[in-house]
Amino acid sequence: MVPVDYYVILSAILFAIGVLGVLIRRNALIIFMSIELMLNAANLAIVAFGSVIESFSGQIFVFFVIAVAAAEVAIGLALIVEIFKSKRSIDVDQVSGLKG
Amino acid sequence: MTLSDFTTILPVAILAVWACALLVADLFIPKDRKGVTALLAALGLAISLGYTLSQIGDERLGFSGMVALDGFSIFLNALILVCGLLGVALAYDYLKRMNIERGEYYVLLLFSSIGAMLMAQAADLIIVFLALELLSIPLYVLSAFARSNVSSEEAGLKYFLLGAFSSGFLVYGIALIFGAAHTTNLYAILAAASASTVSPLLAFGAALVLIGFGFKIAAVPFHMWTPDAYQGAPTAVTAFMSSSAKIAGFAALLRVFVTAFSPLAVNMTDVLWGLSALTMVVGNIIAITQTDIKRMLAYSSIAHAGYILMAFVPYGNAAVAPVSVAAGLFYLIVYAVTNFGAWGVVIAVERTEGKGLAISDYSGLAKNHPALAAAMSIFMVSLIGFPPTLGLVGKVYLFRAVIDGGFVVLAVIGVLTSIISAFYYLRVVVNMYMRDGEPAVRREFWLDFTWGALAFLTVFLSLIPQTLFAWASSALMKLF
Repeated sequence: MVPVDYYVILSAILFAIGVLGVLIRRNALIIFMSIELMLNAANLAIVAFGSVIESFSGQIFVFFVIAVAAAEVAIGLALIVEIFKSKRSIDVDQVSGLKG
Repeated sequence: MTLSDFTTILPVAILAVWACALLVADLFIPKDRKGVTALLAALGLAISLGYTLSQIGDERLGFSGMVALDGFSIFLNALILVCGLLGVALAYDYLKRMNIERGEYYVLLLFSSIGAMLMAQAADLIIVFLALELLSIPLYVLSAFARSNVSSEEAGLKYFLLGAFSSGFLVYGIALIFGAAHTTNLYAILAAASASTVSPLLAFGAALVLIGFGFKIAAVPFHMWTPDAYQGAPTAVTAFMSSSAKIAGFAALLRVFVTAFSPLAVNMTDVLWGLSALTMVVGNIIAITQTDIKRMLAYSSIAHAGYILMAFVPYGNAAVAPVSVAAGLFYLIVYAVTNFGAWGVVIAVERTEGKGLAISDYSGLAKNHPALAAAMSIFMVSLIGFPPTLGLVGKVYLFRAVIDGGFVVLAVIGVLTSIISAFYYLRVVVNMYMRDGEPAVRREFWLDFTWGALAFLTVFLSLIPQTLFAWASSALMKLF
C-alpha cells in the first residue's frame, strides 16, 4: 500500500500549483481552473487521510466539496460569460474599471 | 434524525423552505409588482426572527453534533435576520430606481442569510464550509446583479474569483485539520488537540482556515477584493454584504477558534495581533485618499474588521476572553447599525448611472435636507467613535478588554487609527454643512424609515449600553 505521506505531499504540490496559477495567470478561465485544482488537492488530502482513519466522514466531505465546486462553476462561468459579452475579453488585467 | 434535530435549526429551516417557496411564488407575481416579493421576503425573515427569539435560553447540539444552538448562535442569528430585513428595506426602492427590479434578488438575499445563520450555528468544519459557500454564492450573483453594467459585473467577477480562492484555502486547511485530529467536529478537535502536543499539521491547518476567514471578513492583507466589490456592486447589495457577510465570518471565526483551537492560542495570538493592527492601519490610511463615498466606506469597513479582530486577540486567556469576545459581539451590533445607516444615506443620495457617489456630491445636503444630513453626521461620528453615539461605547468596551488582556500597544494603535479616521469621516460632514451644492435626494418611505430609525438607534442605544452588553455577555455562556 502506498503510504499516506505520498498522497499528502502530492496534494500539497497540487495545491501550490493551484495557488501559483491564481497569482500568476491573467486569464479568468485559467484562474478559475487553478482554483478548482486547489479544491481537488484538498479532496485528495481528505480522501487519503480518511482511508488512514478508516472512517467514511472524509469521503462524505469530499462529495460535499465536489457539489459545492460544481455550484461555483455554474456561477463562475455565468459571470465570465457576462464579462466577455460586455468587454470582449476575459483578461483580468483589462477588467479594471474600479480603482483607487 | 429526530424532531429535536430540526428544532435546533428551526429558524434556518423555516427560512430555507420560505425562500424555495418564494422562488416559485415569484413566477406568478407580475413584473410591475415585485414589491410583493419584497414584502413576502421580509415576512419570512420576520417569522424566522420570531422563532429565533423564542429559542432564547435553549442550548443543545443537533444532527450528531454538527450544529449547535446556544446563546451565541441565537444572538448572531437575530442580528443577521435584522440585517436581512434592513437589506430588503433598502433594496425595495433602490432596485426600482436602478431598473434592476427582479424577484430573484430577494430570494438570493434569503439564501445568503440562511448561509450566514448556519455559520453562526456550525459546530463542524463541514458545516462551516457548506454554510460559507451558501452565504457567498448568492452574494457573488447579487454583486453582479446590475448586469450589463460593467462595474457591477466586474465587482461580481472579482468577488467571485477571490472568494473561491479563499474557500480553496479554507478547504485545504480543513483537510489538514482532519488529518491531524481525525475528525471535523469542533469539540472533538479540541479534545484531540488538548490530549497531545499540538501537531504542526493542526497549526498549519488552522492558519489556512484563518486565511480563508480573513478573506471573508476583509482583513488586511486579504482585503484586495473589498473596495472593488463594494464599489461596483449595487449599493443595496453592498450594504447587505458588508454587514451580513462580515458578521457571519466573525461568527464562524470565533466559534472555530474558541471552541476548537484554544490550545493553539500560543501560536495564534501574535498572528491575530498582527492582522488586527495591520487591518486598522491600512484600512484607515487608504480611506483618506478616497473620493468616492462607496470606496471610502469600503475601506472604513476594512478598518472596522480590524477593530473587531482586536477582540479576538486575547481569546486564549481564559480570564479576559469572555469579556473581550462579548466586546467583539457588542461591536458587531454597533457596526451593523451604523454601517447600514450610512449605506442607507448613500442610497438616498445616489442617482442612476453611478452619479451622486462622489463625496463632493454631499455638498449642501444640510441646507435642503437637514434630517438626512443630521443622520449622516450621526453615522460618521459613530464610525469615528465620538460621543454621543454607539460607536464610542463599542470602542470603549473593545479597548478596555484589550488592555485588560495586556495588549496595550494594540489599544494605542486602535485609538490612533480612530483619530486618523476622523479626518475622512468628518470630510463628509464638512461637505454637507459648509459647502454649497444642490444634491438631488430620493425620498421614499422605507428608505427614510431605515436611516431614520438607525440614526435614532445609534444615539439611543448608546444611552443604555449595559443592557446590550449584558445580552452580548450572556450569549457566550456555552462557548466558555
